[in-house]
Amino acid sequence: MESLSNKKKVLEQKPLNLAERLYLPAIVKGLGTTMSHFFKKSATIRYPEVEREFSINWRGMHSLKRDEEGRERCTACGLCALSCPAEAITMIAAERKAEEKHLYREEKYAAVYEINMLRCIFCGLCEEACPKEAIYLDGPIVPSDYLRKDFIYGKDKLVEAPLETK
Amino acid sequence: MDINFVIEKFILVTILFAISLVIAMYSTYAERKVAAFLQDRLGPDRAGPFGILQPLADGVKMFMKEEIVPATSNKWLFMVGPGLAMLCACIGTAVIPWGQDLTIGGKTVPLQVTDINVGVLYIFGVVSLGVYGVMIGGWASNNKYSLLSAIRAASQNISYEVAMGLSIIALLLVTNSLSLKEIVAQQHSWHWNVIYQPLGFIIFMVCSFAETNRAPFDLPECETELIGGYHTEYSSMKLGFYLFAEYINMFVSSTVMVTLYFGGYNYPGMDYIAAHWAPNAAVLFGTFIFFMKIFMFIFFFMWVRWTIPRFRYDQLMNLGWKGLIPLAIVNIIITGIWIALRQF
Repeated sequence: MESLSNKKKVLEQKPLNLAERLYLPAIVKGLGTTMSHFFKKSATIRYPEVEREFSINWRGMHSLKRDEEGRERCTACGLCALSCPAEAITMIAAERKAEEKHLYREEKYAAVYEINMLRCIFCGLCEEACPKEAIYLDGPIVPSDYLRKDFIYGKDKLVEAPLETK
Repeated sequence: MDINFVIEKFILVTILFAISLVIAMYSTYAERKVAAFLQDRLGPDRAGPFGILQPLADGVKMFMKEEIVPATSNKWLFMVGPGLAMLCACIGTAVIPWGQDLTIGGKTVPLQVTDINVGVLYIFGVVSLGVYGVMIGGWASNNKYSLLSAIRAASQNISYEVAMGLSIIALLLVTNSLSLKEIVAQQHSWHWNVIYQPLGFIIFMVCSFAETNRAPFDLPECETELIGGYHTEYSSMKLGFYLFAEYINMFVSSTVMVTLYFGGYNYPGMDYIAAHWAPNAAVLFGTFIFFMKIFMFIFFFMWVRWTIPRFRYDQLMNLGWKGLIPLAIVNIIITGIWIALRQF
């Protein structure tokens, strides 16, 4: 029957002729192809020393942001933890005391904020869920380590460096 | 037998053994580098500058691995297998003439462990013994994949040994000698046997690919069908011995090919060098050229491995029995006629 799409290709299986049965011409051709690759520049990037260029919306390690006065933006609402499909985020909320006003923007803040980098799939849903613009996946590649416990990143690793006081 | 003779041979054997091992070690490194370059990658470059210490790291890894002997294996043969593979690989270099005679303190020192008058047959014997390591190891593992691989290795070796022997017969018609020293000496300067025996050389080369179980004829260790092949059950340095023996075999076959067809230590312009250099320096330069040729062949082995996909088993047998053996016989006939005509 006529093929409607006309894309079908019927392959004919011809018996090999003498040159093909000897394999040698094809082998010589193949050797030429591989040799031409021998002198090409390799595509490898030596990772720890050289990093490849990332796209602008690339998602790396999380960072907890500060506002323009250097106070932590996070209010420990838990929306990031709730939105996380991998359940990588946990936190413990605490109430801000009067003398801590310069440290935390909201009245409630995250006393403990932990992300398990082995669970995290870097989907960026926490970033989308955050109402306070407190978390962004704008960091570098999460480095490798030896122990599982070392992949649970606390506030010491996540919170942005404090602003320089001028 | 005087003591000097023993010392001289002992030193030569030790040097050869060390050279074989070092070349095999760095062949593993070279293989990975060549593979990488042919595939637009970099290859191992972390252990030492350019990854030059990689073979050491691999060796340490092999030694540190846990050694597992399957409970249902034949323990004794399981241990003999890798040892035999290694032994057969190492003794092949004994009859190769590595250079012309050196003169040290008024004494001639041949750069050959022993010049037996049936050197070619000795090489053949050793090469065919090599398959016993694979067979015994595969059988003793008591594993169906290992056994299948051992059977494949045995039948492949038997098939290709016939064509290899026939291609050698044509060469012997030209050289009139079985002694490797004699064969190399005849190929003085540029009179390499490959010029007189191009077809014989191609047959011999294809067969030595099959004999060393190298791609495209590496059916005994074909991962997609047989897991690891005959060394599936092996671990630790026993596995290391098998892998190592393969590389030594590659070195020995390259050496044999250079010796028989590419003039061994001979090179164009050697008369000029011999006349103008110190005699020993000229001899050692010949040996250097010999090793360069060997390295070219080892590179060729690797180049082929990373170019051609593995043959199917029926293709392998067809090529051996229906392709190479008739070709080798035709080659013998042509050579015979040519020699007969030359005598008129």
